[in-house]
Amino acid sequence: MNQQKDAIVSVEDLRVHFEVRQGFFSAFSKKEPPVVRAVDGVTLSVGRGEILSLVGESGSGKTTVGKAILQLVPPTTGTVSFDGAPVPQDRQGLHAFRQCAQMIFQDPYQSLNPRHYISDIVAEPLDVAGIDLSADVRDARVREALEQAGLTPADDYLYRYPYELSGGQRQRVVIAGALILKPKFIVADEPVSMLDASIRTGILKLMLRLRDEQDIAYLFITHDLSLAWLISDRIAIMYLGKIMEIGAAEEIIKRGLHPYTQALMAVMPVPGQVREGGRTVLEGETPNAAIRIEGCKFSGRCPRAFDRCRKEEPELVEVAPGHSVACFLV
Amino acid sequence: MNLLEVRNLKTYFSTTKGMLKAVDDVSFRLESGQALGLVGESGCGKTTSALSIARLLPKEGRIEGGEIFLDGHDVLLDSESELRKRRWRDVSIIFQGAMNALNPVLTVGEQIAEAIVLHERLSKEEALKKSQELLDLVEIPRERYKRYPHEFSGGMKQRAMIAMALACDPKLIIGDEPTTALDVMIQAQILNLLERLRRERSMGMILITHDLSILGETCDHIAVMYAGKIVETGTVTDIFEHARHPYTDRLIRCFPNIHGKKAIPEGIEGYPPNLLDPPAGCRFHPRCEYAFDRCRVEEPVTRHVGGEHTVACHLVEETR
Ligand SMILES: Nc1ncnc2c1ncn2[C@@H]1O[C@H](COP(=O)(O)OP(=O)(O)OP(=O)(O)O)[C@@H](O)[C@H]1O
Ligand SMILES: Nc1ncnc2c1ncn2[C@@H]1O[C@H](COP(=O)(O)OP(=O)(O)OP(=O)(O)O)[C@@H](O)[C@H]1O
Ligand code: SF4
Ligand SMILES: [Mg+2]
Ligand SMILES: [Mg+2]
Repeated sequence: MNQQKDAIVSVEDLRVHFEVRQGFFSAFSKKEPPVVRAVDGVTLSVGRGEILSLVGESGSGKTTVGKAILQLVPPTTGTVSFDGAPVPQDRQGLHAFRQCAQMIFQDPYQSLNPRHYISDIVAEPLDVAGIDLSADVRDARVREALEQAGLTPADDYLYRYPYELSGGQRQRVVIAGALILKPKFIVADEPVSMLDASIRTGILKLMLRLRDEQDIAYLFITHDLSLAWLISDRIAIMYLGKIMEIGAAEEIIKRGLHPYTQALMAVMPVPGQVREGGRTVLEGETPNAAIRIEGCKFSGRCPRAFDRCRKEEPELVEVAPGHSVACFLV
Repeated sequence: MNLLEVRNLKTYFSTTKGMLKAVDDVSFRLESGQALGLVGESGCGKTTSALSIARLLPKEGRIEGGEIFLDGHDVLLDSESELRKRRWRDVSIIFQGAMNALNPVLTVGEQIAEAIVLHERLSKEEALKKSQELLDLVEIPRERYKRYPHEFSGGMKQRAMIAMALACDPKLIIGDEPTTALDVMIQAQILNLLERLRRERSMGMILITHDLSILGETCDHIAVMYAGKIVETGTVTDIFEHARHPYTDRLIRCFPNIHGKKAIPEGIEGYPPNLLDPPAGCRFHPRCEYAFDRCRVEEPVTRHVGGEHTVACHLVEETR
């Protein structure tokens, strides 16, 4: 199910539950020990050079999936495989894995140390990975990464500070830092959501070019369906720690079957569209992931929920080749 | 009748590097009950325009010229004490990221009540009661007034901020990126809410955003701002279907249309200029694909091109 033969990354029944300090959540969970089910049974894979988007509302667990894949948070259960084998858990193995898999964070304003030169920021992953290079080679690697990220000529950027760069340029610095170890897989967590639409394009094109030239695969995290549609091969729709629907990008956007996917489509702003009579909007908000939900995680907000949805949890079922949906109606 | 009329507004900041012309000769107007979208890239002067209208500029910012009339009243002539009296009754602003500004040690109800007593002679009990009515209005169960901000989600905090902004029945409400940090679904809920409140209370609204794609559904008119200037104004249809300014045209094409053809948008080459030293002539000329000699030396004037549609670009010849 959704596992490709040539996967660079695959995740099997991943769960990440956070224990929450007593007292904080005790107000609404008296019986059970408070546990936040950030990721609650996710199975997916990303092919070599593939871009898979993970789309969902705030708190649905997107970042946690990305971090768990990169072993930045420990999975509660489930396995993460890289290049066909489970990610090794010993120090050396982890070290090697971390060089092949990188993360780009959302905020280009906060993720760069303001007191460091761009050259040091880009080289930092080399130091963290303990890669000892001669000054010349190291310098060459930094320049190469900067130029690959579109900061050319690299000389113009090496000895500048982050505050001297624009938001788009800073995000390119972040990408250069992710590229320096020549990864095969990048988790890009909302890489353009802080940027003006006018400069997003450059970053998106850069990511696509790197995919084409270096066969880098991405897990592209976003809450913007139209961005996901633009950049990815496949889209996974996430709600409260679960994948509700996954399939080819075009398929999900044009023929999404899950009521949640359809609800997201209904509120997508369309430039220039004058919508009479307002939008069809789901009521309420995503419930807190610390509350246990019987049945389908979406049943509380689903406009089409019926009895069974509130008792039994639907499985992700393949409805067409490569297109799976978790809903009793489909 | 015009609820708001801004004429040739100039708002400058004095900085260590010189005078920064954040808003430079900006004019627009808004009729009562209507919604205007003010859109443009980061740093083009949207927030500064809003702060000028509400006379809430920080001390380094000064209104150097122009006029602002709100409901026929000249806002720039108000003394500090008059301002305090009128603020929140005339204009209130929902700020960018305001929901994070709620005081963590006071209940949400107390904070709304505090805003009310600042402007109305009400007892604490009356104010608390009114705060519950305001919560009703923004679709938060009223019994939640006893709760603290940390018990509210992002969307609910933003609703609470809207409730506070409505406390004194303002004639004009300005939303400065009121939904930017929120999810698509919550964004849609908040926009629907603002839309409903605006109609029910026939308030004027200015919606400030860099996300052009949300304006078609929310606004009657749009003003497009670039580097401290308004380059084009018009109805939603004027702007989306008959954009005449090259910047507006490029900006619209930056947004993917999920119902159209799948292609990475073109974006706009380069970056907006530094407002300490903006380019001569048309400020957009370094990024404009149509720029010709005149654009580099002469600043284009704002021309009417039919109806309420105005454009400041040398390419456009006056149609009157
Ligand atoms: N370290 C942690 N401890 C406790 N709870 C956590 C932790 N990290 C995340 N959570 C919770 O797990 C859930 C999923 O969080 P996550 O950050 O993965 O969501 P997301 O989909 O990335 O949301 P956003 O779009 O807001 O970034 C949320 O309820 C969050 O509060
Ligand atoms: N207090 C200040 N002192 C000096 N310059 C300022 C100050 N506030 C804003 N500016 C400058 O004025 C210009 C306009 O800023 P403003 O905040 O109005 O832009 P904006 O359009 O609201 O941008 P954003 O979309 O990023 O919120 C910018 O160049 C900004 O750097
Ligand atoms: S005035 Fe010239 S540079 Fe400015 S937008 Fe028009 S054509 Fe382009
Ligand atoms: Mg996240
Ligand atoms: Mg602003």
